[in-house]
Amino acid sequence: MRRRKLEELFFKLLMVLATIIVAGSFFLIVGTIFYKGVPYMNLDMITKTPGGGFYIGKEGGVLNAIVGSLYVAGGATILGLLISIPVALYINMYMDGKRFLSNTLRMAFDVLFGIPSIVYGAFGFLIMIYFGIRASLLGGIIAVTLLVIPILVRTLDEVIRTVPLELRDAALSLGSTRWEMAKVVLRQIRPGIFTAILLAFGRGIGDVASVLFTAGFSDNVPTSLHEPAATLPLAIFFQLGSPVEEVQGRGYASALILTIIVLIITVLSDILIKKYSKHKI
Amino acid sequence: MTQTPHISVQHLNVHIADQHILKDINIHIPDKSVISIIGPSGCGKTTLLKSFNRLLDNTPDIKITGNVLVDKENIYAPDAEVTHIRKKMGLLSQRPYPLPMSIYDNVAYGPRIHGIRKKAELDELVETQLKATGLWNEVKDRLNASATRLSIGQQQRLCLARGLAVGPEIILGDESTSALDPVSTAIIEDLFISLKEKYTIVLVTHILRQARRVSDYIIFVYMGKIIEFGPTEEVLLNPKEELTKEYVKGYIS
Repeated sequence: MRRRKLEELFFKLLMVLATIIVAGSFFLIVGTIFYKGVPYMNLDMITKTPGGGFYIGKEGGVLNAIVGSLYVAGGATILGLLISIPVALYINMYMDGKRFLSNTLRMAFDVLFGIPSIVYGAFGFLIMIYFGIRASLLGGIIAVTLLVIPILVRTLDEVIRTVPLELRDAALSLGSTRWEMAKVVLRQIRPGIFTAILLAFGRGIGDVASVLFTAGFSDNVPTSLHEPAATLPLAIFFQLGSPVEEVQGRGYASALILTIIVLIITVLSDILIKKYSKHKI
Repeated sequence: MTQTPHISVQHLNVHIADQHILKDINIHIPDKSVISIIGPSGCGKTTLLKSFNRLLDNTPDIKITGNVLVDKENIYAPDAEVTHIRKKMGLLSQRPYPLPMSIYDNVAYGPRIHGIRKKAELDELVETQLKATGLWNEVKDRLNASATRLSIGQQQRLCLARGLAVGPEIILGDESTSALDPVSTAIIEDLFISLKEKYTIVLVTHILRQARRVSDYIIFVYMGKIIEFGPTEEVLLNPKEELTKEYVKGYIS
């Protein structure tokens, strides 16, 4: 009896400890970024592009990287959704009889999911060379799209699979075509689509390796798809690598900006998920 | 059984993977009556029901042979139009599955996909069908509320209204009351009885008392075969087959 109670206590302590470590590191990371970044945070950081001598501590901000990152991650998420939603619907609704094929596809996406982002960067770079595209916003969007498609497809696939088959049968038995049935399923999974967007955007905006060769870097805000674009992770990397204290501090401020962007996206998608769960069965 | 058959099944065989689910089914389902399919779990009742509106089509590894004639038209013919066939039949599943939209849109969904766009026409259809299922007075003030806000019994009646709104000839019920409380069950059963004036109703049930209360005919299915088919009282009280006798008495289940 005593042994069982001890066992209970031991594992409960283990769980509490693990939770403290996870929650603690979260607050430690966010805390460090705030502590180091806030002193260097000012309006210039988010409203100005780097001026001459920005990287040796003179005036300017990282507007170029903020806009570049939003373009790259936003563009890739939208492009990725346009590709992933049809794929996920096709696997789930049009391949019913062909289990082998759909399982093979799922496995392929699992493999893609696990491929490191530098490989996508390298692959995107090859595509760009083939088509003669320079390091540009377009190149970055293509590479990050490749990176987020597996995330989107697998998330959407999981969400679609939670839709009861009876709901599909209900639509079909009213005489709907498969596409009309798919639209009912899409309504049902709308909250899940926002989860997928959140995951893809979060991954896309934080990734360095995929944009390293493909998007390039520029001190200007990109005005067309063919111009190189700066991204926040790269900007953080460059600034933190500087020996100048002022520049390092701005690196932390940039990290803070990136964290806040992700936070805003998370809160926004949370609101949308709640809003669109209204009709969900 | 002098009425013209509404659904005729001829030599229907269904295999899923290497299982023989339905074995050489032959049956004529009469028009404008309630027919209950009874039998133990896993005997193929639901498969038989779903073969009537081709809902089995999407099952992996399925093989269907034989003919099912609805209004003398073979629904398994290569040129059969599947949406047209399904429109003829309303399905009421075990649990209500309202579409993820408002009460109004649930009923209007079917008519809309079949081309009715006019607001006035849709309004009238929605009101008529909600009245037919006795739901109108309960929901008329909150038609734009989410269908999921209704009680489960109300949801099931909404699903029935939704099915009736596309103007079917046949209602298929797959243990439609099994998730409902006794009061809701009684309401649905009464609806079936009153609806048989206009529709042919085929129900799968494992509640013999329910089969007795609502149906005119009973089909007893066992291990994928039809063992007995006849008027309710005859099958339940005076079965011809030994297996039916044992099932009705509760020896096999």
